[in-house]
Amino acid sequence: MSIRKKVTILGSGSAGLTAAIYAARANLEPMVIQGLQAGGQLTITSDVENFPGFPQGILGPELMESMHKQAERFGTQFVYDNAESVDLSSRPFKIKTSSDEIITDVLIIGTGASAKLLGLESETKLMGHGVSACATCDGFFFRDREVFVVGGGDTALEEATFLTRFASKVTVVHRRDSFRASAIMVKRAKENEKVHFILDSVVEEIDDVAAGEVTGLKIRNLKTNEITEHKADGVFIAIGHQPTTELFKGQLELTENGYIKTNGVKTSVKGVFAAGDVQDEVYKQAITAAGTGCMAALEAQWLLEAEEEEVREQKAL
Amino acid sequence: MSTAVKPETEQTFEANVLKSDKPALVDFWASWCGPCRQLAPTIDAVAAELESEVSVFKVNVDENPNLARTYKIQSIPALILFKDGAELRRATGNISKQQVVDFIQKG
Repeated sequence: MSIRKKVTILGSGSAGLTAAIYAARANLEPMVIQGLQAGGQLTITSDVENFPGFPQGILGPELMESMHKQAERFGTQFVYDNAESVDLSSRPFKIKTSSDEIITDVLIIGTGASAKLLGLESETKLMGHGVSACATCDGFFFRDREVFVVGGGDTALEEATFLTRFASKVTVVHRRDSFRASAIMVKRAKENEKVHFILDSVVEEIDDVAAGEVTGLKIRNLKTNEITEHKADGVFIAIGHQPTTELFKGQLELTENGYIKTNGVKTSVKGVFAAGDVQDEVYKQAITAAGTGCMAALEAQWLLEAEEEEVREQKAL
Repeated sequence: MSTAVKPETEQTFEANVLKSDKPALVDFWASWCGPCRQLAPTIDAVAAELESEVSVFKVNVDENPNLARTYKIQSIPALILFKDGAELRRATGNISKQQVVDFIQKG
């Protein structure tokens, strides 16, 4: 089926949904193509404590459900599907999902980012069998077990603290001796007696692929090159995220690290705007994603208004 | 939940899943798992579409910890395809509708 739209939004995290709220309130009847992870990264976090307006914190999935409802209330149309390809070579732009083609005057990209993995063969083979990229999903299965968290950012330390609800011991493996995570997260993890740290170190290998389960880790100290073996029942990977820009390669200018290059929220193609983590190498917060989502919707509205004005003027001549 | 998807429990698992005439797809999930909630509408759609081909069940791991243990579930959502009472293959994480269809039909 072919669908004609003024504004189409790719992604349903806080960037995409905020853009939808603004575009819908401007009567642009936006369509949101939700993507595989509807609701975005916040749907796999636990407590969100830094989103203004929630003094007691709010659960990530709840926050996203509320944003979804708010966007829906003003007439946003949601498609539960993934964009398979986009054609940005001429306006209107074309987007293909598994069942529809959407033709749109403006495209707002809020496809966000996905979790990076270590890149070990054993990691891939044991994914779902003791290796996980989602502590809130899988922590439950590690009651009274010993688990490791790899990484040193907010996600890693939040997951480490979260996992102490279930696991008997949580060890954080981090390649440096300082943390990128916020001070409050570091303090909370350090004060938790179940959380231990192995610093200046990386995971070299995850055992045991032959047994089809995680039994231990080989960890290399980057300063001494010494390799030590550790018993483990589970490993949670939290080493950061990569922007979801595969669809736009060769069509939009990207940065060296693969993010969409933006000026404000404008991309290299007129009529295409980008918001949230897909274009943000620096802040990567729910609130900054919401902020740029708002900016993208306003820019979209102004562009469409200016173009309509132009058409009217030409007709009047 | 679509009528094609049936909630399954420890008491009836053998009769409904293991002794099913058709291949049986089981979705292990929990209410607190975000990706499980994202996968749910996909499973509903596939169950309705492939109703003649496969029976589809959902197992809540909170309510059925023994089933989760028996099948060594360590990550959800987890899909297991059973045929003639034996596990044919499994997939974990939220996947697209086409991937679920392929998982059932091709492996």
